[in-house]
Amino acid sequence: MKTLVIADHDNGILKPETSKTINAAVKLGNSIDVLVVGENINEMATQVASIDGVSKVLVADHSVYAHQLAENTAELVISLAEAYSHIVASATTTGKNFMPRVAALLDVAQISEIIDIVDADTFKRPIYAGNAIATVKSLDSKKVITVRASSFDLQTEQAAVTVSTIDSAIDNQSSSFVSVEQTESERPELTAAEVVISGGRGMQNGENFALLNGIADKLGAAIGASRAAVDAGFVPNDMQVGQTGKIVAPNLYIAVGISGAIQHLAGMKDSKVIVAINKDPDAPIFQVADYGLVADLFEVLPQLETAL
Amino acid sequence: MKVLVPIKRVIDYNVKARVKSDNSDVDLTNVKMAMNPFCEIAIEEAIRLKEAGTATEVVAVTIGTKASQEQLRTALALGADKAIHIETDEKLESLHVAKLLAKIVEQELPELVILGKQSIDSDNNQTGQMLAALTNRGQGTFASKVDIENATVKVTREVDGGLQTVELKLPAIVTTDLRLNEPRYASLPNIMKAKRKPLEVIAADSLGVDLAPRTQLVSVSEPAKRSGGIIVDDVAQLVEKLKTEAKVI
Repeated sequence: MKTLVIADHDNGILKPETSKTINAAVKLGNSIDVLVVGENINEMATQVASIDGVSKVLVADHSVYAHQLAENTAELVISLAEAYSHIVASATTTGKNFMPRVAALLDVAQISEIIDIVDADTFKRPIYAGNAIATVKSLDSKKVITVRASSFDLQTEQAAVTVSTIDSAIDNQSSSFVSVEQTESERPELTAAEVVISGGRGMQNGENFALLNGIADKLGAAIGASRAAVDAGFVPNDMQVGQTGKIVAPNLYIAVGISGAIQHLAGMKDSKVIVAINKDPDAPIFQVADYGLVADLFEVLPQLETAL
Repeated sequence: MKVLVPIKRVIDYNVKARVKSDNSDVDLTNVKMAMNPFCEIAIEEAIRLKEAGTATEVVAVTIGTKASQEQLRTALALGADKAIHIETDEKLESLHVAKLLAKIVEQELPELVILGKQSIDSDNNQTGQMLAALTNRGQGTFASKVDIENATVKVTREVDGGLQTVELKLPAIVTTDLRLNEPRYASLPNIMKAKRKPLEVIAADSLGVDLAPRTQLVSVSEPAKRSGGIIVDDVAQLVEKLKTEAKVI
């Protein structure tokens, strides 16, 4: 049988999650087709064709798919589903949006945010904010799966395979796109960055997040935030790391003024090295930090920037 | 306009879940339970729509054991008009829940269904989307703003990279993100009043939905523990350790 992976992209930029999801799909042992859905996506389709393990790329390029609305994306996937035993997407907001719709239309369960593959039917996934790992076996004939990309590696390159066009335009009557408000950033994307520096409520206000800029520049890091910092309005919500925000697993995670609530830990505790800077020596973040510095962040952040 | 709000009884979000020693599941005996935080936000949004004169009736529904009536009473105390309890002792999956809810949608004909985006126990993030598929309605997931205008609902969605606004034709399905609103607390008089509000009980297996399991929980284990780290004295030592010991910078 074959696996269908749905590529994840944003405004014509292929997301690194796609490569990581293909890395997971390879472990299922089937040949892999990748579907790219959107408008003006040929360049991304070419990139997908060069990801190792991909047998064929299918492109559905039409204005009706411009914003990958769940209603028509799901219908499109259903129209292709017959040939596949596994349908796989990244657990990004796009994948989380349309994949359960696919599963329900196929009348199968969805296995969400897998972090490991035991065999073609059995998967590991975190539950209870990452406080437990469930091993789940799917009893359905078709598996609909979303992948926690941070748990898998980037796939290497190969000689490009065939790209074929799907002639499809499923119009969607129930929903339409109105607008998008992108958060501008020159830094690496949070979920893909090798280094992440995050601020919490201890930053006190939005302006103080500028203290992290210089350090982030020197380390090539992405800047994240705890839910407390987002809820207090310091920074926009797409910077949130946690169970209800983004899940990251960088080489180095620096938590500044973050206490380390369960909800935040669920989003970053798989980082390779964790550094915590907090003035409260009893903050739970120190229990997971490899290196802790008990100090006032306003004193040590400028020192850290100079030392780097 | 009638609004249906499905809610779920889950472990209280402050409680750290413990895995049973036989690795069969998470231990929920004698653990504090509460309404799922995302469901509280869904109830709050429905009540606000009622207060604004947009919604005429708010119906709360839950699927679970008899104990989950406690969370329905909470929903009634917060301002829901009536509650429906689909009673079952089985541990149901998202697909089953969505199918049972689809039956309630068929029966109640709400123009808007507001659900939480995910429950904090199974962390699936599926039910709203599945319900939208089964009822063939448009979906506005991860909503941080909901505006109802005539026969449509504009939903601002929290997506990776920012915010996206979509317009859905009613009837529609919306799932809540944390930033949609700040849920209120139930006052004592309202808690007393909630005891007299209607609560209908329906047996899950009377709704004609196939509840056979689609997945099997093989085992549940503790996540890998992080080894305790060290406390450094100052920034110089921190940078030194990161360079030479951890080799990450």
